[in-house]
Formats: sequence, structure tokens, C-alpha cells
Amino acid sequence: MSAILVAENLTRTLPGEVPVTLVRDVSLSIDRGEFVVIKGPSGSGKSSLLYLLGLLDQPTSGTLTLEGEPTTDYDEDRLAAMRLAKLGFVFQFHFLLAEFSAFDNVRLPMRRLGRLPADRQRQRALQLLQDLGLAGHEHKRPSQLSGGQRQRVAIARALANDPPIILTDEPTGALDSKSSINVKDILKELVRSHDRTVIAVTHDDHFAAGADRQVEIIDGRLA
Amino acid sequence: MQLHLDIAWSHLRTRRRQTIASLLGVVLGVAFFLAVSSLMRGSELDFIARLVDSTPHITVSDEFRDPNVQPAVQRNPDAAVSVLHVKPLTERRGIRQYKRRLEQIDAMPGLRAAPVLIGQVIFSFAGRDEAVTLSGIEPARMKDVTTIEDDIVEGSLEAIDADPNGIIIGRALAQKLSLATGDTVSVVSPVGNVRVMRIVGLFHTGRAAFDESQTYAQLTRVQALLNRPNVANTIIARLEDPYDARTTAARVERLTGYKAVSWQEASEDILSTLMVRNVIMFTVVGAILLVASFGIYNVISSVIMEKTRDIAILKSMGFRAGDIELIFLIEGLAVGAAGSVLGFLAGSGLMWVTGQVRLAVPGESDPINLPVYWGGGQFALAMLFAMLSALAATYLPARRGARLAPVAILRGAA
Ligand SMILES: Nc1ncnc2c1ncn2[C@@H]1O[C@H](COP(=O)(O)OP(=O)(O)OP(=O)(O)O)[C@@H](O)[C@H]1O
Ligand SMILES: [Mg+2]
Repeated sequence: MSAILVAENLTRTLPGEVPVTLVRDVSLSIDRGEFVVIKGPSGSGKSSLLYLLGLLDQPTSGTLTLEGEPTTDYDEDRLAAMRLAKLGFVFQFHFLLAEFSAFDNVRLPMRRLGRLPADRQRQRALQLLQDLGLAGHEHKRPSQLSGGQRQRVAIARALANDPPIILTDEPTGALDSKSSINVKDILKELVRSHDRTVIAVTHDDHFAAGADRQVEIIDGRLA
Repeated sequence: MQLHLDIAWSHLRTRRRQTIASLLGVVLGVAFFLAVSSLMRGSELDFIARLVDSTPHITVSDEFRDPNVQPAVQRNPDAAVSVLHVKPLTERRGIRQYKRRLEQIDAMPGLRAAPVLIGQVIFSFAGRDEAVTLSGIEPARMKDVTTIEDDIVEGSLEAIDADPNGIIIGRALAQKLSLATGDTVSVVSPVGNVRVMRIVGLFHTGRAAFDESQTYAQLTRVQALLNRPNVANTIIARLEDPYDARTTAARVERLTGYKAVSWQEASEDILSTLMVRNVIMFTVVGAILLVASFGIYNVISSVIMEKTRDIAILKSMGFRAGDIELIFLIEGLAVGAAGSVLGFLAGSGLMWVTGQVRLAVPGESDPINLPVYWGGGQFALAMLFAMLSALAATYLPARRGARLAPVAILRGAA
């Protein structure tokens, strides 16, 4: 299998009077279609690493190559363009736009990318919502949906532009156990049914057990 | 773009009360701007119109721009010796060959001229002596050049042609001396000539000093009375476009050699007062719009504060800083544009209402409507100013919002 994401000696230090190193010298290669779980104690730097892998943050040193493209010298706009087309995020809190319906939230990335014509975008949004068991809820606002439903809308939105990589940060952390099992099943299903890479930060050992690989991070370093 | 508009609109829509409040700020700013500036401009134009109407556009007098220089000084400008107390040669004052000058001026396009001989005389009536100004005029030409005919309240201007001893005086002076049309009065000139003249007309301009001291008689009659045959000492001219007066006056001066003063030059003090008034007005209305732009700044800033999470969502999704900035700029400009249009309507309404107000003005017998200026320039200016202040108010917070790093927000929220 070919590597889709290669991190070499990633270090991220926050500047300041007392500089804080969030991630220290992490090297990691993730294959296409692989399901990788990042584990570790609270405050160990899991989220920080995920932000680096997801091009949301730039490393202080080290390199990151996504689908063969070295991204280290990219400016904000090019990174944004890569996030738009190649990455999908699902965070612990649902992070939907409150003023937009589920349907409109899912369409957002497609409208920004503009790869599909408008009618195909609508079809795809409806299809994704239906796949995630949200048929009939398309026109509800986030406030009218349950926590689990919102998280599924967020997953649908992450999938909208059909990105090769999905990154999630404790997507079930804020959910009750039943919704949480449901959301995790969906994520596992994502990996199985499509040729999609999933990188998930989780505390949940049961969820982690289903992964192709578990990576543990302690004090910003790979254990 | 449609996407940015949708997001911007969703922000404004869900903050309805704040949006309306900031919108009202712009509406009021634009409306007051228009109301104040239309009234100021209107009254200024009205004032200038009256000024232009009541004063000659160009006055050619029997003087020269530079006072007479003694021949000795002219010849030796840097001489070390100067002769003091030299009495200038007694000269015959007046515009020489005024008829030729008149023809010259008349020949210039858009210009009509009338000769006047102005002198001081004393009215003697029922034991009272009153010093007045007597202007010798040619009624036919005078009518073309001044509005004096409109101010005649009794008799007519031509009556002085019909009756060589006729004289027209102000109604105020007539009342002061208990004179009425048809009465006769002794007129004594500085050279000692005495004529008995008959009052054939009364005028009333509303300017008290003028009404009490100005009188008119036939030009040849006044020439005889003042012992100055075939002389005029002033030529007054009227232009089709009064705003040409400055340049035309300069041309007349070059042509005739005599000092020619435009109405602008004559009223420079008043015009500069108007300038100051305009500066004050624009400062005040500018301040109103500035306050309105603080309203916009406020709403955009608070949207951005509330929406930091949305900014992180959009940016992590792949929106660029420029997208975010555009969204907020659209919001500010939308408030500015909607405020401009509504302010345009509200301002027009306000202007219409002010235009209906009738005021009794001293010197005017009938109440007059407040003068409202409807020129398009001020509408464009108000709206441009509103849009610019909206843009300025939005620009800084929009940039700040656009530059927020998504991780900074995510770290704070997670
Ligand atoms: N802005 C900051 N300034 C200083 N230290 C920070 C800042 N943000 C994070 N940290 C520190 O960096 C470390 C790594 O944080 P990170 O959020 O990556 O941990 P995590 O493994 O995701 O923890 P959790 O499981 O609780 O989410 C923590 O010790 C945290 O206190
Ligand atoms: Mg974390």
C-alpha cells in the first residue's frame, strides 16, 4: 500500500516567555485506506498532532507530505485549498453553522469547492444525509437535532467533497453511549466501504480495537 | 459569491435587533445629512440668487485699479529723494466717453450694460434737509440690468423719461419726509444748483438703508444738476450667467481701462462666510455619519466575536481568510447600502417636509417657503459617504476576524 500522509520529525512549539512544546519529533506514515487511532492520556498532545496532520496548524520544524505534496512551505490559502478538497474533520463538538439547516450545512464545502454542478450538490447532500440515517431531518436546524444526529450531520459534511482523509477528534466524547456506538459504527463503516483513510483521536479502547493501527502519544512524543 | 452572501445574510438575519439598530443609525445619518445639506445649500443658493439679483454683476467705476502715481515717482522708482505733500492735479472725474465704453461692453456676448451718474444731493422739504444719493439713469437700459423695476410700488420707472423733472424715491424716505407721489421737493446739488423735482414713483426693496437714501432721476437731468454734462461715473452690467462675472469683469477692465468689480469681488466677505458655513455643515453631518459608522462597527465586531467558532468551522472546512473577510465586508456594506437607500427615501421625505414650512422673513411681505436644494450631488455624496464609512467600519474587524487561526479557536473550545 502507498503512503498518503507522511510526517517526518514534526515538532510544534508555541512561542512565548516559556515556550510550550505540544508535539515533539513525531514521524509517522499513514497508508491510503488505513484506519489509524491516536491514543494517549489527556494533555499528551493528541489534538495538537491531529491539527498538524490536518493542515490546520503548521509545524515549527519537520515536514508533512500529503498525497506526495510537501506542504511545509505552503501559505494559508494553499493549505485551505488542500483542506477543502482532501480533508474532512469531525470534532468533539458538532461544529455546525447554527443558522443553516442540516442540508445547507452539508452543502457548504461543496458550494465552496464548486466541483459539482448545483443540482448534483443537492443530490449528494440528500444522499449523504440519508446514508447517515437522517432522512426527514434535512431541513432542521442544528438546535432542532439531537447530539448524535448533529454529529452525523458533521460526518456527512466532512464527506461532502469526498476527501481521501477523514480526521476526527473524540467524535463521541460528548455523546451518550447509544449515540456514541452509532457514530462509531458509521466511522468504521466509512473505512470498510470506501477506500478512505481515517485518523481518529480517541480515549475509547473498544473503538480503538477496530483500528488497523494504534499510535500512542505521551508528552507530545510517540510512545 | 452567492455562498458568501448566504452566510452574511444568515448572520444579519439572526441578529435582527442589532442589525436594525445599526441600520437605523445609517438611515438617520443619511437622512439628516440630506436634510441639513439641502437646507444649507438651498438657503445659500437663495441668498446668492438675491445677492446676484440685487447687485450689479459687474460695476465699472471711474477709478483705476492702481491709484495715480506721481510722474516723478514713475520715472525714478528707486530715487533717494521723495517730495512730500504734492497735490495731485485736479481732474475731471467720471468715465470718459462713457457711450463708447458702453458700446464696447454691449458688444461682448451675454452682457448688457447701463450708464449711471451717481452723486450726492440734499433734499429740502418742509424745513427738513436730507442728504441722499441721486443716480442718474436711462430707464430703458436700467430695466435690462437691475431688478429695480420689480421693486417699484407706485408709478413707473419710465415716468422719469416722461417728466424731465421726475424723481423716484424709496417709500421709506417718502414716509420719513411725509412725501407722496405727485409732491414736489427741492433738490440741491453740491455745485449749488437747485431744482424743484416731482416725485413720480416710489420703490421698496426691503433693505432699509437703501430705501431711505437712494433716489433715481433721468441721466441728462442729473448731469445738468451736477454740472457734469455727458459724463457717467459708473457702468453697471448684467450677465446671462452671473458666475462668469469674475472673468468677464477682468476682460471689461482690460477693454476699458477702468476698474471693473464683479459681484463676487464686491461680496467677498459674504461669500467667505458662506464657505465657513459649508465647512461647519459638512463637519456636523460628517459627525452624524461617523456616529452611524460606529453602529456598523459595533454590529460587525459583535458578530465576529460571537462567530469565532463559525470562523474556525469555515476555515477548517477549507474557507480562506479572504472568504471570511468577504463575508463580513458584505455584511457591513449591506447595512451601508440598505441604510443609504432607506436614508435616501427618509431624507427626501424630510426635505419635502422642510420645503413645506413657511416662514415670515423680515423685509418680505409674504411668508416664504424654506429654500430646499434638490441637487443630485448631495444625494450621491451622502450615499457615497455612508458606503465609505460602512466599509471603513467593517474593514478592521473583518480583517481581524479573517486572520483568526482556527487552531487557536479549536484549542479554546475543545
Ligand atoms: N495555548 C496553549 N498554551 C499553552 N499550552 C497549551 C496550549 N494549548 C494546549 N496546551 C498544552 O498542550 C498540551 C497538549 O494539548 P492537546 O490538546 O494536544 O492534548 P490532548 O492530548 O488532545 O488532550 P485531551 O485528551 O484532553 O484532549 C497540553 O498539555 C496543553 O495543556
Ligand atoms: Mg484533545
